Amino acid sequence: MATYQLTINGQRREVMTDPSTPLLWVLREDLKLTGTKYGCGVSACGACTVHVAGVATRSCMVPVSMIGDRPVVTIEAIGQDPVGKVVQDAWVSHDVVQCGYCQSGQIMSAVALLKHTPNPTDQNIEESMGGNICRCGTYPRIRQAIKAAAQHLQ
Amino acid sequence: MIRSRTTGPRSLIVVCAAFVVCLVASPPQAEQSPASPSADRRSDGLAAWQQVYMVLTHQRCINCHTATNYPQQGDDRHRHFANVVRGPEGRGVPGLHCATCHQEANADSTGAPGSHNWHLAPLSMAWQDPHDQLLSSAELCRVLTDRSKNHDMDGSALLQHHAEDKLVGWAWEPGRGLNGLPRTLPPLSRPQFADATRRWVEAGTPCPPGQAGE
Repeated sequence: MATYQLTINGQRREVMTDPSTPLLWVLREDLKLTGTKYGCGVSACGACTVHVAGVATRSCMVPVSMIGDRPVVTIEAIGQDPVGKVVQDAWVSHDVVQCGYCQSGQIMSAVALLKHTPNPTDQNIEESMGGNICRCGTYPRIRQAIKAAAQHLQ
Repeated sequence: MIRSRTTGPRSLIVVCAAFVVCLVASPPQAEQSPASPSADRRSDGLAAWQQVYMVLTHQRCINCHTATNYPQQGDDRHRHFANVVRGPEGRGVPGLHCATCHQEANADSTGAPGSHNWHLAPLSMAWQDPHDQLLSSAELCRVLTDRSKNHDMDGSALLQHHAEDKLVGWAWEPGRGLNGLPRTLPPLSRPQFADATRRWVEAGTPCPPGQAGE
């Protein structure tokens, strides 16, 4: 067991856990931030996506011991980000969500895309979002929402 | 020369002529030797190159020296899962960068390999052909020594890359996979690989003859 000082959504949080514990478990079980989801546990689905130092990161694959002082942002706080707010609004206006389980990760990946590529092409969207899996098949609406968000941000 | 009643100018001429004949009849020592130093040096270099080639074509190396728009993974060199793509700089794309999963060190608890500056080798340094076949020894040697393709690395820079680069070094500390088993290692240790590279470089980075596919 070890104690870690983490910066989560702008706040300093302290956890005591095994160094090999994936960040996802720390977020959900230690910090009760359950917006980030467990989908596969092997970084294949993207449901666990958060931002670590601004980089979309699969929290199920990164041990908490590797986070260090890099700031972590989860779905609970992404709406406080200007781009995140626009993406969330686009998700709502385009009625993207069905069951919703994958959507935290979808939104986090979409925000990462738009922060880097403000006017993404279909290929950009396909490549950046292609690692986020949606069993309900909301992909067309995800694409539309990303384009709408991009247009709003211009 | 002691002159005697029997030794005169004619005898001196004969002796000198015989000496000259002997000189002409004896070829230079180097041409007589069947293994000249330069031939030995090239032969040693080619032998060292074959050792280098064995490492370069191991999965730990070639999974990132791909000719494809994506990395490969595993000892069977299958396409990397999660639809990961190369991206414009070999670091993935926004939202799905290499760093999305690969951190500065191996995460054995989760099976994610990691090292400093995790990224793909540029397409100019692909060691496969477009059909996912390994380049031949001759072809790979030519690619590796082509300074228009290898980021202008000369022999000493190649040696430094092989011997000191952190990401290259990951190949010998690849951690454990998702199944908990250690990943396989290249056929030579890193010191052996560096030594083979050094011998190859010192021999002038010779490449074997042949064309692609041989």
